[in-house]
Amino acid sequence: MTWTRRHLITIEELSLSEIEQIHATASAFKKILTRSVKKVPALRGKTIVNLFLEPSTRTRMAFDMAAKRLSADVIAFDAASSSTQKGETLRDTAENIQALNADMIVIRHAAAGSPLYLSKILDIPVINAGDGAHEHPTQGLLDTFTMKEHLGSLKGRKVAILGDILFSRVARSNIHALTKMGAAVTLVGPSTLVPHGFTTLGAQVSHDLKSALADADVVMLLRIQHERQGHRHFPSLGEYTSVFGLNKTRASWLNPQAIIMHPGPINRGVEIDSELADGDRSVILEQVTNGIAVRMAVLYLCAGHQPEDVIASTQP
Amino acid sequence: MRPLWIKKARVIDPAAKRDAVGDVFAVDGRLVARLTPAQRRRAKVIDARGLVASPGLVDIHVHFREPGQTHKETIATGSRAAAAGGFTTVVCMPNTTPPADNAGTIQYILDAVRRDSLVKVLPTGCITIGMKGETLAPIGSLKRAGVVAITDDGDCVQSNELMRRGIEYAKMFGLPVMDHCQDQSMTEGAVMNEGDTSIRLGLRGWPNAAEDLIVSRNVILSAYTGAHIHMQHISSAMSVDILRRAKADGVRVTAEATPHHIALTDDALASYDTNFKMNPPLRTEEDRRAIIAGLRDGTIDCIATDHAPHTDYEKDKEFDYAPNGILGLETALAVVLDVLVRRSRFKLSHVVDLMTRRPAGVLGLEAGTLAPGAAADICLFDPDEDWTYTASAGQSKSVNSPWSGRALRGKVRTTIVDGRIVFPIPAP
Repeated sequence: MTWTRRHLITIEELSLSEIEQIHATASAFKKILTRSVKKVPALRGKTIVNLFLEPSTRTRMAFDMAAKRLSADVIAFDAASSSTQKGETLRDTAENIQALNADMIVIRHAAAGSPLYLSKILDIPVINAGDGAHEHPTQGLLDTFTMKEHLGSLKGRKVAILGDILFSRVARSNIHALTKMGAAVTLVGPSTLVPHGFTTLGAQVSHDLKSALADADVVMLLRIQHERQGHRHFPSLGEYTSVFGLNKTRASWLNPQAIIMHPGPINRGVEIDSELADGDRSVILEQVTNGIAVRMAVLYLCAGHQPEDVIASTQP
Repeated sequence: MRPLWIKKARVIDPAAKRDAVGDVFAVDGRLVARLTPAQRRRAKVIDARGLVASPGLVDIHVHFREPGQTHKETIATGSRAAAAGGFTTVVCMPNTTPPADNAGTIQYILDAVRRDSLVKVLPTGCITIGMKGETLAPIGSLKRAGVVAITDDGDCVQSNELMRRGIEYAKMFGLPVMDHCQDQSMTEGAVMNEGDTSIRLGLRGWPNAAEDLIVSRNVILSAYTGAHIHMQHISSAMSVDILRRAKADGVRVTAEATPHHIALTDDALASYDTNFKMNPPLRTEEDRRAIIAGLRDGTIDCIATDHAPHTDYEKDKEFDYAPNGILGLETALAVVLDVLVRRSRFKLSHVVDLMTRRPAGVLGLEAGTLAPGAAADICLFDPDEDWTYTASAGQSKSVNSPWSGRALRGKVRTTIVDGRIVFPIPAP
C-alpha cells in the first residue's frame, strides 16, 4: 500500500486504507513526542508556510509544533499583518509564497473550497487546516485516532456528535472518517443546526438527546458558534444548555466506557459542564496531543514519504 | 443597401406558424414577401441550404455593464456577443454604475447603443432610486427616455408596500415590471442552492423558498392591482407550480428561464468552480425538470440568458468571494437546442418561439417575427453543427462561462439586423 497524495484537502476523498496509513504513521510519530529529544530530521531543509487567514490557536500551534518536530522551517503568515488586508488575492498571495520557495502550504481559510482552489494553482503540497464549514481533515483524523486508542476498531461503534453541525467543518470531516471506518454516526442538536440533509452523508440525524446518547461509545461535543449564526438558529445559549448541554445526568445515558471529546475551544457551562470536561471520561487534552502526531504524519506523507519510512526517520 | 435573398433555408417563423423550406427576402432593412425581378438581380444572395432561418433571437435579460463597469463588458462588446449568438434584440438591466434610475443615464446608454451597437439594445430603468428599495425612481421620465420595462434586477424590492405602489404606478405608463424574486432575509451570505450539495460542500445555502415567497407575493400583488409582473430567471420547481396556478387564474404574470437553469444542477459545484456561481443559483434535478415542464406547457414564457460578464480576476477567487453571474449570449442557442430539442423532445419551432416571439411578447417589443413589413432581423443557424466554444476566443469582453472548452452542437452562422449582416462581424 503506497501513499500517493501530495495534498490533503478532504477526508471525503480519502480511502479507508489512506486513513489507516495516516493513523499508523501518526502512531509511530507519537512515540517520539514523549522522548527527551522530541525531534527527527525527516523534513530538515524544508520550509512549511502556515497560511492562516482565519483565527486559530490550537490547530495553528499543533501544525507549528508538528513541523518543528520534523525539523522543517516554519513561516507564519497572518491575515491581520499580511497583504490580504491590502487587497491581494489569494492566488497572488499563494504564488508569492511559492516563489519564495516554500515546500508546502498549510491553509486555514473562512471560505469553503479555498484549499482545493490553491491545490489547483500551486505545484507544492497544500494541506487543509480547515476551510469554512467544509472540512477540517486533520481534526477528523486526530479524533478518529484518539477514538481508536481508546476503543480499538471503530467498526460498529456508536458515535454521537452533538451541537452545531450545520456550520461545523469538524463534524463533516468526522462523519466522513467515521463512516469509512465502519462506525455508526448520530448527529444530534437543534433542528435548525442539524438539518435532515446530513443523512445523505451517511449519518443519522436526531433531535432527541436521550436516544442519541443511549449506549454511545463516544460523544463528541461541538462548540456553539454563536458568532456565526446570529440569533436565528436558537433562542439563547441558556436554552441551548438546558435542552442539549451535556451534564452529569445526561452523561449517564452513555455507555459506561464511553469517552467525551471536544475539538475545542470549549465553552464551559454551555455545551458541557465543567466537571465533565475535566472528568475521567474526557479525552479533550489527549486530542490536542494526538493532533501533533497526526499532523506530523500528514506533513511527512504529503512531503513524499511512505508510512514504512517512518521507522527509520524516527531515529533522533 | 442591396436587397437580401436568403435561399432555401428551413424557415421557422412561429408567429406565422411557418416551418418549411423556402426563401426570405428583405429590402431596405424590412422583410418583404417577394423581390421584384430587378431586385433579384441586385440582391445579395445567401445560400442557406441546411440552415434554419428564424427571426433574430430576442433576449430580455442581459447585463452590458455600461456605464461604469466597462472592464467587464461594454455595449460594443456585449452587442458583438449578442450578434455571435444570433440575438438581434436584447434588453439590458439597469444595475450599472450609476444605476439607470434617471433619464440622463438612459440617454447615455441610448447614445452608446446608437454609436457602438451591432444589435438592438433596449434599456430598462430601476424601480427604485439606486435600486435601494426605498424610494420610487422617476418611472414616468424613464419611460419617456425610452425604457421598455423597469426592474431592480438583483436587488429585489423587499417591501411589499413599495412593490405594490411601484407596479401600480408603472402600470399607468404601460411598463412591465421585471422582478428578480429573492427574499433577502433568507439568503444572507448564501452562495449556492440550499440542499444536500450545500451541506456536503459546507457552503451557505439559498433556499428555493426564498424565491417561492417572492413569486407568490408578486402573483398576489399582480392579481390585486392588475399590473403585469415578469418573473426573472425562475429556478425553483415550486415557483413553476405557483405560476402555473396563477396563469390558470388569469393573473397577469409572465416568467423566463435561463439556459443554465435548464441545463445544469448544483452537482456542478463539487469543484467550487466559480463559473457555476450565479444568482439565483443552480438547483436540483427536480427543479431543472420542473422548469423544462414549465417551458413545455407555457407556464414559463421564454428563455432569457441573464448574460452577466465579470472579469477573470473578479471570478478567480474563493467561491464565497466571487461575484454571481455567467456569460450566456454566445452559447444560449446551442445549450437550449441540446436540452430542449435533443434531450426533451421539444419541436425546433417551439424552441425558436421561446427565443423570439415569446420574449418579445412578454415586453411588447416589435421583434421576433419574419412577417413581411417587420424589421429584417434574422438568425441563420445550423442546428447540427458541432463546435467547441472557447470563451477567450468569443466576442464578450469577459470569459466567465461554464461552457468554455465544451463541445456544443448548433451554431449560429449569420445574424442580420435591419437587413445588414452583423455576424460574422463585418470589418469596420
